Amino acid sequence: MTQLALVIDLNVCVGCHACVTSCKEWNTSGWAGPMVDQHPYDNDPTGTFFNRVQTYEIGTFPNMETVHFPKSCLHCEDPPCVPVCPTGASYKRKDNGVVLVDYDKCIGCKYCSWACPYGMRELDEYQKVMKKCTLCIDRISDESKPESERKPACVLACPTSARLFGDVHDSDSEVSVAIREQGGYQLMPEWGTRPANHYLPRRKTRLQLHKDELERVDNPLREESLPAAEGETLDDIAF
Amino acid sequence: MHPAFSVIFLTTLIGAGQGLFLALFTSQFYSLANLLHSPQTAELYAPGSLLALLLLGAGLLASFFHLGHPERAWRSATQWRTSWLSREVIVLPAFMSMVMLYGIVHYFGWTQTLFVISDALPVDLSLIIGTLGTLLAFALFICTAMIYASIKFLQEWHTPLTLINYTLFGIASGFMLAAALSAWMNIELVAFFGAWAVIATLLALLTRVISLIRNQRIRHKSSIQTALGIRHNHIKQSTMGFMGGSFNTREFFHGRSDSALKIIKYFFILMVFVVPVALILVSYMIQSPHLPMLAFAIQFLGLIAERYYFFADARHPQNLYYQNIA
Repeated sequence: MTQLALVIDLNVCVGCHACVTSCKEWNTSGWAGPMVDQHPYDNDPTGTFFNRVQTYEIGTFPNMETVHFPKSCLHCEDPPCVPVCPTGASYKRKDNGVVLVDYDKCIGCKYCSWACPYGMRELDEYQKVMKKCTLCIDRISDESKPESERKPACVLACPTSARLFGDVHDSDSEVSVAIREQGGYQLMPEWGTRPANHYLPRRKTRLQLHKDELERVDNPLREESLPAAEGETLDDIAF
Repeated sequence: MHPAFSVIFLTTLIGAGQGLFLALFTSQFYSLANLLHSPQTAELYAPGSLLALLLLGAGLLASFFHLGHPERAWRSATQWRTSWLSREVIVLPAFMSMVMLYGIVHYFGWTQTLFVISDALPVDLSLIIGTLGTLLAFALFICTAMIYASIKFLQEWHTPLTLINYTLFGIASGFMLAAALSAWMNIELVAFFGAWAVIATLLALLTRVISLIRNQRIRHKSSIQTALGIRHNHIKQSTMGFMGGSFNTREFFHGRSDSALKIIKYFFILMVFVVPVALILVSYMIQSPHLPMLAFAIQFLGLIAERYYFFADARHPQNLYYQNIA
């Protein structure tokens, strides 16, 4: 079985919103479009997006950091939004695990959005149907494209390669290796939805220098200038 | 959650319709068992069924305003295997047709005994239809309430109390309406229906207060930590990725202050429970023909507020991602 998914590296994401705009651009002009905005040049611009980048402040000053958090449908392996749909418009594809909405069947009752704990579904106010990330299904399954372009628009757009795309059921795929080796985790695991998308946590690279590593054993005076305060990097010491 | 008036009217109107039908059939059953001796009882069934049908129809109509594509509503009957909403879509028309048949059978007087069970229970067409209708009425209460109770993420709703409350509120308002109808038609069943209405209302008071206390003490499973997967006690959202709001900020927030919700809570406790029960008791003492009607009107108004509060009270875990506009 194949389960396509994204792996989003929070350690790398810089919050540039390139994935948001490229997602909107690709999908508004494709199979899932149009994604019409309401009063886009007015006071309260709003509209349907499949992908958002949010920003959080972790900690309190001065020990704090900013985390940019891209948020799109997680394509759960046990999607709670699918069984509640009264029309069968919401479905999970058997061949690749992508959760999709059939816009011709959706009656716009919004029940599926209630049944998603992550708030990943948005009702299109213009078309009056429920919309959500399709993993660019029309792009990744387009065999006329070269293999390298058969990826979601957000993945191709990301300038820092914070987004990986692949089959999380294949143990040797890039995404599985990243999840396994870099501490990939799921959102809200308490609900048992088994999201296919994973996030890689923030990782700090710390310099581990012990005193004896800085003091040469063969130095007769045992006096060497150590880097004074903390916050020094290897470059400060090496050059 | 954002309370949608289409759904508020749907659930309150069909609840009263179901309750009214149950009240009619209860009185028929009591008459059959010789526990009620009012010769006029039979006059109530046909107009009562019509009124119940009107309420159910109005509820159904209200539900269409909830849909983005009402013209495709027929599709919603297809997923009854998994979706409680789909089951409701099937059971509601089935129940409505039973109510219609029940009214027709009584209106044309097709109540000749078909057969007698153990020399005691004469069975006619209305009894068979009424029994089926009763089963469907309870099935509909279950379907309607399970739409809300089955969503485990909305912990305020994910409890058997939701089913009990929906059923009791429907029965209470239906019997209240039956009392009002018999008062208006000058039939001596006001005390019978009124007594059952008061009993159902008081039971609903008990279960609703329990659910209010439960929801006040609820401990939510999700937190901003599990939502982001970041283990830190101080996490503050600085932007949710847009400024003008989205479906997520409109559909899942009620947008009222805590004090406004508190007022709605006390308002519905007063209007659903206290005032109607007092009015029924007073009308019983002074034999007033108008007070039961007032009691129903007030209780129904209160139920609209109750349903509003029911929706506003539920806090969806997705709200964790939408806490700060910037």
